[in-house]
Amino acid sequence: MRPNRALEIGTGLFILLGFVALVFLTTQLPSSGLKIREAGVYHLTATFENIGDLKEGAPVSMSGVNVGRVAHINYDSKQYKAVVDINVDSGYDKIPDDSDASIQTQGLLGGKYIALTPGGSETYFKDGGRIGFTQSAIVLENLINKLFASIAGKGKDAAEDAAPAKEGVK
Amino acid sequence: MIGALRKIGAIGVFFGRILAGIVPALARPRLIVHQVYNAGARSLIIIMLSGLFVGMVLGLQGFDLLQRIGSEDVLGIGIALALLKELGPVMTALLFAGRAGTALASEIGLMRATDQLTAMEMMAVDPVHRIVVPRFLGGVIAVPLLVAIFNVIGLYGAQLIAVQQMGIDAGSFWSQTQGAVKIEDVTEGVIKSLVFGVACSLIAVYEGFHSAPTAAGVGLATTRTVVTSSVLILLLNYLLTAFYL
Repeated sequence: MRPNRALEIGTGLFILLGFVALVFLTTQLPSSGLKIREAGVYHLTATFENIGDLKEGAPVSMSGVNVGRVAHINYDSKQYKAVVDINVDSGYDKIPDDSDASIQTQGLLGGKYIALTPGGSETYFKDGGRIGFTQSAIVLENLINKLFASIAGKGKDAAEDAAPAKEGVK
Repeated sequence: MIGALRKIGAIGVFFGRILAGIVPALARPRLIVHQVYNAGARSLIIIMLSGLFVGMVLGLQGFDLLQRIGSEDVLGIGIALALLKELGPVMTALLFAGRAGTALASEIGLMRATDQLTAMEMMAVDPVHRIVVPRFLGGVIAVPLLVAIFNVIGLYGAQLIAVQQMGIDAGSFWSQTQGAVKIEDVTEGVIKSLVFGVACSLIAVYEGFHSAPTAAGVGLATTRTVVTSSVLILLLNYLLTAFYL
């Protein structure tokens, strides 16, 4: 068969396009995907009482800016707490080491993410650092239960308050 | 019943012959490149157009659905998963069966009808090595690449509707999607597309190679290719999905 330049260029273009699409789908789309360079991050750990439905790959943000991702979530059966490993992009290496981490919700029913609030320390987190101050996820159901309990409690209090007042009137 | 069993067996045996012919066929890479061009590069336009419109309609329908329950921000997740896991592989494979499968079947069928295959056998050239295997490999290489292109264009089309037209924030659209899509979802789609590529190409070359050597036979082979591969794709898709979930 005689070589055909247009055919070969077309085939090459098609294969190139296909592989670019495949690479995009495997590296860019999933957060847990194969990253071309994993070197640009450093690791921090934080322990939480309750992480709610925080998932691996959830964003970590400071002042709303995405600075990293949740790498792994493990359970520490000695402390009975959740241990969250965080990968922070190495561009953000000036995070005070007394910063606190809290688990927040995107929107009312959106996914959970970790918000870092900077502290006032002069020293910064290094690779393998541990975030000491943490605040657990707010579980909506618990909040609603508390709300109802407090409403019920208030109703009772009001009744008790009213009783002596009546006596006072007498 | 016996006829169906016999056909499944015949396809299996033919698949074995193709597999045995892959190594000798690799010695002639130019034949395979030609078939990747025929099956893949020439299906690009139909795949890209279909991907764009499927993505756009997913954007519209998904937005309408999610707006009713007030969570438009998860639109990207729904569309990405639908494209990666189901629509991308299935739609592409169906289009491929219609666009390239029929071309393969009728080409080989016509070779059969005009005794070109017999002539090759007379010259001690195995038509399975020379004709069938390169076409089969071309299809197997082309389908996963076409699926990937379909998915990317589909996502772009969905983004076009969701972000440009419906005003969903581009950042939340992509970050929600990236947060929810796992690498397993992508590999599931790739594995599906590989399986569909093998199934489509195998049916097409089988039907063409075994067509009756008449004009009507070629037509019948082409029809059978579309019908059998479409049903097979949907059946395999159900089985693979059930296996994965």
